[in-house]
Amino acid sequence: MDEGDRAFRASRGNFGLVWVQGKGVDYPPYARWTRLGADMWPGLADRLKQDTGIDIQYARPGGLEFCLEPADWDNLAAEMQQISRHTDFEFSYEMLEHSQLKKLVPQISNDVCGACYCPHDGHVNPLYLLRALHQCMDMRGVDYLPGNRVTTIEANASGFDIHTSNEIISSEKVILCSGLDNQRLGEMVDINIPVEANRGQLLITERVQQFLAYPTLHVRQTAEGGLQIGDSKENAGLDDHTTSDVVSMLAARAVRIFPMLRDIRLVRAWAALRVMTPDGKPIYQQSSSNPGAYGIACHSGVTLAAVHAKTLADWIVGHEEHPLIRDFSSSRYNVQTAH
Amino acid sequence: MFKPLTDIASNHIDILIDGETHHVPPDVSVAAALLMSSPRVRTTALSGRPRGPFCMMGVCFDCLVSIDDMPNQRSCMIKVKQGMCIETRCSLVTMDTDFD
Repeated sequence: MDEGDRAFRASRGNFGLVWVQGKGVDYPPYARWTRLGADMWPGLADRLKQDTGIDIQYARPGGLEFCLEPADWDNLAAEMQQISRHTDFEFSYEMLEHSQLKKLVPQISNDVCGACYCPHDGHVNPLYLLRALHQCMDMRGVDYLPGNRVTTIEANASGFDIHTSNEIISSEKVILCSGLDNQRLGEMVDINIPVEANRGQLLITERVQQFLAYPTLHVRQTAEGGLQIGDSKENAGLDDHTTSDVVSMLAARAVRIFPMLRDIRLVRAWAALRVMTPDGKPIYQQSSSNPGAYGIACHSGVTLAAVHAKTLADWIVGHEEHPLIRDFSSSRYNVQTAH
Repeated sequence: MFKPLTDIASNHIDILIDGETHHVPPDVSVAAALLMSSPRVRTTALSGRPRGPFCMMGVCFDCLVSIDDMPNQRSCMIKVKQGMCIETRCSLVTMDTDFD
């Protein structure tokens, strides 16, 4: 069941990154879960290609996070060291000085002090991913019901009656993966899903010659040649409009990294509301009072797509519970803070 | 392919489309001028596939041409000018490295 095209969809703000570096600095399970998800991505991409014929343009050349100030470089180096410790030193990364980075990406300006290179990172075309996932669902006999905003969920003897704007649907299980609407829906089945909207603004340029082989946090070149520019974060409530100050900031930062972008035309700018949990980590929670109900919320839907499609689904259907899943229970928000 | 509603040829201006001179009305968009002048409007820079103006209101980006050496211009959003030089085959913009 899906609300419809007027819903706030986090997927509209997706940058297409399968991103490992920087995740879980303060929470080792998140670093491990993200890494597991990234390592499962080649399998998901192959599977989608096999089943649907759609090439979702997944590539894993490793990712770069640029540093524009020397202090950023030092902070990043410390964070990566900590993540490496969290993941039993199976996390590879390399802190690159300007001259080393220039060999990988000759177009960088002298303003770029360096970067962190992480071979576990990759990227994908999120539009093709969405299409392939929908096609896969269709092939497996999933009924997709758009235009059905859920109004109430009631537990009954065998499961749930789900009331939508159009009909009542009964099921044994109900899985809430409705992004920002999960807070409202979670309350109906006694699951705490405290999500907030986080606005991201994005730009895309005309297609240019391939020059950037590595995805980065701020700029990514698509397989067709367009440059996606992003990485803004704002608390703007439920306002999903663009603003000229953020659009200018994004463009200026991209030009500061790659000066030749100054002459490149922008094709579009748009904004989307992404899902943010209080600590930025995913929430996977089964309802204790209504055990057939599950609440799923996360910020990095594409990075975690493979681990969700397989490992999380195995837990929900009752095959196997991966030990990391309980580290993302929403009961972590119920702990009282010491004063 | 398309015919103008009024036919006042006296004030037509000359523009160059892929090196060929065309006489077009002075107050039309470049996209309209292209549709009047040539059945094949443009090819894409990446795959070389044929494309043409679709929405005529700046949204679809399928009418991109090079105008006076500025690549990837939306031809539906720009008016023709005497002597304008239009190339329907855009090549991809290169990313030079020796900038700074």
